[in-house]
Amino acid sequence: MNLNYENSFTIEGGNFEDAGKIAVEIKKTLKNMGITGDTLRKTAIATYESEINIISYAKRGVINVRVTPECVFLNIKDEGPGIEDIEMAMREGYSTASYRIRELGFGAGMGIPNIKNCSDDFELTSEVNKGTHLRIVINMNNS
Amino acid sequence: MDLASIVKELNLKVECGKDQLTQEVSGGYVGDLLSDVMANSKEGNLWITRQTHQNIVAVASLKELAGIILVQGKGPEKDTLEKASKEGIPLLVTDLHTFEVAGKLYKLLS
Repeated sequence: MNLNYENSFTIEGGNFEDAGKIAVEIKKTLKNMGITGDTLRKTAIATYESEINIISYAKRGVINVRVTPECVFLNIKDEGPGIEDIEMAMREGYSTASYRIRELGFGAGMGIPNIKNCSDDFELTSEVNKGTHLRIVINMNNS
Repeated sequence: MDLASIVKELNLKVECGKDQLTQEVSGGYVGDLLSDVMANSKEGNLWITRQTHQNIVAVASLKELAGIILVQGKGPEKDTLEKASKEGIPLLVTDLHTFEVAGKLYKLLS
């Protein structure tokens, strides 16, 4: 099993039509590499929620995925409004989503908490009117 | 219980994924909030929702759900059907409300 991989995916904000496409692509790639179980499930959830956040709020963003034999590293950077109150954003149920976003079943205030729950290491930094930067580490199963 | 038996028992209309009905269903999950389903559904679950837009397909695919039941006779949108066919996700439609179909599914699976 060759567990070395790195790729970056650019996501445009506002395009809900293909929302989840990048997460599905990343999951398929990792699955084909032989990654299974919790590592695969956590990566799928973290990339999905990050992708939805970029589409919902940012102008554009990049999801960088790096896989080593020990971990999956996700580095997610966007150009967007940033997060004014990170502590609130971490709280389940808190959301600044518009009605349009909520109507689609997004914006329930679960995105960032879901990402955190899936992370073995998690760092969120943000600058208002600039963007948001997420660094996530997900350990390999049994490592 | 396999998906084909559930389709028969609940009289579901199969919109796509006819060749995926042999899979075992591990349980059910009900939700219209996509993040909730992402966080809490389990592999092999049959998902009951009133959302019919194309974004439900990625969720089902990422969580490896057995299929999606769409309620109140509202069939999938065209894009949803295309995506689900491509991803091999069964889309099943019932005229029943969420509460009724969830109750019947629970009874079948327990």
